[in-house]
Amino acid sequence: MIAAGIDMGAKNVKLVLLRDGQVVGRALSLAGFDAEQTARSVMAVALKEAGLHRAEVTRVIATGAGREDAPDKDGIMSEVGCAARGAFHLVPDVRTVIDIGAEEGRAIRCDEQGKVVDFAINEKCAAGVGAFTEAMARALEVKVEQLGPLSLRSTQAIPMNAQCVVFAESEVVSMIHNNVPRPDMARAVHDAVASRVIAMVRRVGCNPPVVLLGGVANNTGFVDSLRRGLETERLHVPENPEFVVALGAALAAASQA
Amino acid sequence: MPTDTHTTEQHKEYWRWQENHWHDESIDWREGAILSAGVDVGSVSSQAVVMVDGRLYAWSSRRTGSNSPNSARDAMTWAQEHTGMQVQDIHFIVGTGYGRVNVPFAHKAITEIHCHARGANFMYGNQVRTILDMGGQDCKAIRCDDKGKVVAFQMNDKCAAGTGRGMEVFADLLQVPIDQVGPMSLDVEQEPPPVSTTCVVFAKSEASGLLRQGWAKEKVLAAYCSAMAHRVFALLDRVGVEREFAITGGIAKNTGVVKRIERELGFESIKSGIDSQLAGALGAALFGHALEQRQRAKR
Repeated sequence: MIAAGIDMGAKNVKLVLLRDGQVVGRALSLAGFDAEQTARSVMAVALKEAGLHRAEVTRVIATGAGREDAPDKDGIMSEVGCAARGAFHLVPDVRTVIDIGAEEGRAIRCDEQGKVVDFAINEKCAAGVGAFTEAMARALEVKVEQLGPLSLRSTQAIPMNAQCVVFAESEVVSMIHNNVPRPDMARAVHDAVASRVIAMVRRVGCNPPVVLLGGVANNTGFVDSLRRGLETERLHVPENPEFVVALGAALAAASQA
Repeated sequence: MPTDTHTTEQHKEYWRWQENHWHDESIDWREGAILSAGVDVGSVSSQAVVMVDGRLYAWSSRRTGSNSPNSARDAMTWAQEHTGMQVQDIHFIVGTGYGRVNVPFAHKAITEIHCHARGANFMYGNQVRTILDMGGQDCKAIRCDDKGKVVAFQMNDKCAAGTGRGMEVFADLLQVPIDQVGPMSLDVEQEPPPVSTTCVVFAKSEASGLLRQGWAKEKVLAAYCSAMAHRVFALLDRVGVEREFAITGGIAKNTGVVKRIERELGFESIKSGIDSQLAGALGAALFGHALEQRQRAKR
């Protein structure tokens, strides 16, 4: 039985194909102007990887901010439900799920069965989501992928006064003028995002183990700041963290088929 | 060449507002008993105001640089240009604003909240009770008495929504000179619904989407100005609005935002012939004048 989960995120579209519970295909692409077309192309890429045809896919569940735009779907599910489902599948004793995407962040508290007990969402403010690190990478003139490794070389914590992305950009510029070492600026950026995320997590309560999902989980500098801020060693980042919500959707599709 | 034009267009600084300075040639400062000055080093702009016996004599308003002491010095020098006056000729200088402790030649620092209330009292008359200061990186709703003394205030300094910096970002995005934003936003047949996202970063994405849907720039600007008005109205509501009401700071020059705030309030704000960005520095100069008077009385 083939099931698919598609996560129509604000920035990227992610798709996971499952055959009898095993991941057989995966694809990601920038959502672009035409998310529906992007969804079709990521499906084609994942099918090719798995050596399958569209007709063999029994059920497709769509999630993410743009889930209504997903073509040929059999159902939709909330990101919160999918994130919890995907995280529980990978880390069965998970109690707290943190999902940080490009434009939204979520903190979810789960029970022993992986059921959602409570959640908090930030969809109003770019501080505390990927858009923040992207803007700061631009200000520091590095690729966002380089921001993590850069900040791990930091030797001192410098507080960032600004919360807002717009103000933080100016603050980074004045740090550059003041010759603050680049690794320390990168760390200041990650500490700032982490502190916004932690404020959101505290609203639902933080019980370990914690699973961190979403594209921002690939940023080792952010993970380091978050681990320090949450004061827990039991913070897991699964492989391909940006696909876990799509995985959750695919698992849901498989169970419904 | 067309490519060159294109490059110039891209690098044009739409956010850049008019820097200015002025002095009153009808006043001979050498005949003044008390010379006082206020320097307001804000996060985006810096102003210097020089008063002769409590009368407005000279001012300057320019963009803040990366270094507060230099920004303060530059503002002061520019205000005094062509006057023959030196910094040391001034008896009492008060620093205010975000960088107030970094005004090297100031005799005292006073918060911008107090200075704005005092300055507004001078600019708009002693009937002013509520002041909305819409600055570069923050927004304050201040209530004051007939002496310009602060009674209560509410402030947003965490978020760029509702600040001048947010408006600059939008001017750049839409490639509309900042002083055209207000008039253009009022050039719509029907008021569109306000931009739904609060965050400037997300509002930018939303605006790009609206432009792609075929919205005219005027309509997008109307939606943004109206969202900004709505946001600051919430701040005003928290402090409680009492008439008369005035707006200070750079956004007071944006008719698109001002008209929409007035629409939400149901009455008009009072206007002044003095540049709205000077309120903080003016209040500081007035405090400087009063402090010098008090010092002399003690001697």
